[in-house]
Amino acid sequence: MSSSGSPSERRTGLIVLSWCWVGLPLAYGVYELVRKATQLFTG
Amino acid sequence: MPPAALSVHLSIGQAYAWSVFKPPLEEALQLSGTQSALPFQLAIVMLGLSAAFGGTLVERNGPRWAMTVALCCFSAGFLLSALGAWSEQYWLIVLGYGGVGGVGLGIGYISPVSTLLKWFPDRPGTATGIAIMGFGGGALIASPWSAQMLESYGSGPGGIAAAFLTHGLVYAVFMALGVLLVRVPAPDRTEGAGASVAPAATSGPQVSARQALRTPQFWCLWIVLCMNVTAGIGILEKAAPMITDFFADTSTPVSAAASAGFVALLSAANMVGRIGWSATSDLVGRKNIYRVYLGVGALMYLAIAQLGDSSKPLFVLCALVILSFYGGGFATVPAYLKDLFGTYQVGAIHGRLLTAWSTAGILGPLIVNWVADSQESAGKSGPGLYGLSLTIMIALLLVGFVANELVRPVHERHHLRKEPDVQQRQSV
Repeated sequence: MSSSGSPSERRTGLIVLSWCWVGLPLAYGVYELVRKATQLFTG
Repeated sequence: MPPAALSVHLSIGQAYAWSVFKPPLEEALQLSGTQSALPFQLAIVMLGLSAAFGGTLVERNGPRWAMTVALCCFSAGFLLSALGAWSEQYWLIVLGYGGVGGVGLGIGYISPVSTLLKWFPDRPGTATGIAIMGFGGGALIASPWSAQMLESYGSGPGGIAAAFLTHGLVYAVFMALGVLLVRVPAPDRTEGAGASVAPAATSGPQVSARQALRTPQFWCLWIVLCMNVTAGIGILEKAAPMITDFFADTSTPVSAAASAGFVALLSAANMVGRIGWSATSDLVGRKNIYRVYLGVGALMYLAIAQLGDSSKPLFVLCALVILSFYGGGFATVPAYLKDLFGTYQVGAIHGRLLTAWSTAGILGPLIVNWVADSQESAGKSGPGLYGLSLTIMIALLLVGFVANELVRPVHERHHLRKEPDVQQRQSV
């Protein structure tokens, strides 16, 4: 039990994991968008 | 709760990236442009219908049930489409992606809304803005991801089938996070977003979904949403050819790559507008923010019509503002509904209101394409091709503006009095 941390630590870990779960794909999408959008000024 | 909502909305937002599959499908199955658009169009119609008819079930069975249904339908839609592409049976793709997947879109779209409003009663605009921003962000992820997948699998029937299969499996896993994490707040929870003075979720007037349909407020908002979405589609549908035509005869013509960059910027404005304007509505009020969407939106269209071809930065700026209002209109409407009808069945009421989106999804492209075609056959070119479209969009926004002005607090006779659920909650 002690190896899995206190309830508040587990909760913090779950919050970080869940935000990474949705945040990383979104960051990839935003990166691709910025790459494409710059073509308006350079293309 | 926000990551749970985002995992569903980021997935179902893939619908806006359907156009990635159009050229390979047209080539592999010898389809016309109109035919290859069918799965998307059916999906949007099914979104509105399933949200309207399934809203009450979502309220009754809760967000976890709704997200599970959305996961199963959205994923099954892709799996059926994979079978359709592999066997070269296009009707299976239409039925799978458009029919079954469309039900997943509708149930998934409304699944977190009611729960978010109950978790964050003091900041409803921000809460729903985050989730509905996910729907805009979904296309940003899916568009490059699907394109890369088709590139590596190949764009023949087998490659398209493999891409659909991968989409179905990956989205099922991704949405599972939402199913596992989502939970409703305790009925007496009052600390919304940590603020001890926040109102309880069930405070204020409560109106049932059935009763809401009998109020003029619901139909005024229906018109507001329909007009705002139709006007946004006016730009979205023709963005790339519009900027090219506007500056074709100037000293700074726009290349194909630059117009693609313009479309990408519009997607960003759509997404940022969802969270930005919806959060702003918590500060300035829902009616005021819609005055901005519709009134300033009409002025932006007027600026494009009168001065658009004189300045590229002005044209781009006006289009970006219009698209941010388009996204903001979607994201703010659940909070507007909550203000008017309470949280009791706000998810079901929101579902019924989304029929305005389905209507606009058909009306908008019809108006824009019909006007553009008729202007072209009349021998017009450049900005002249779009003059009538822009005027129609201004008129639609003004109709929406008037409808917003007519919105008043819901009369007490529509408020819920004897529903045991609410009585029980209020007595806790």
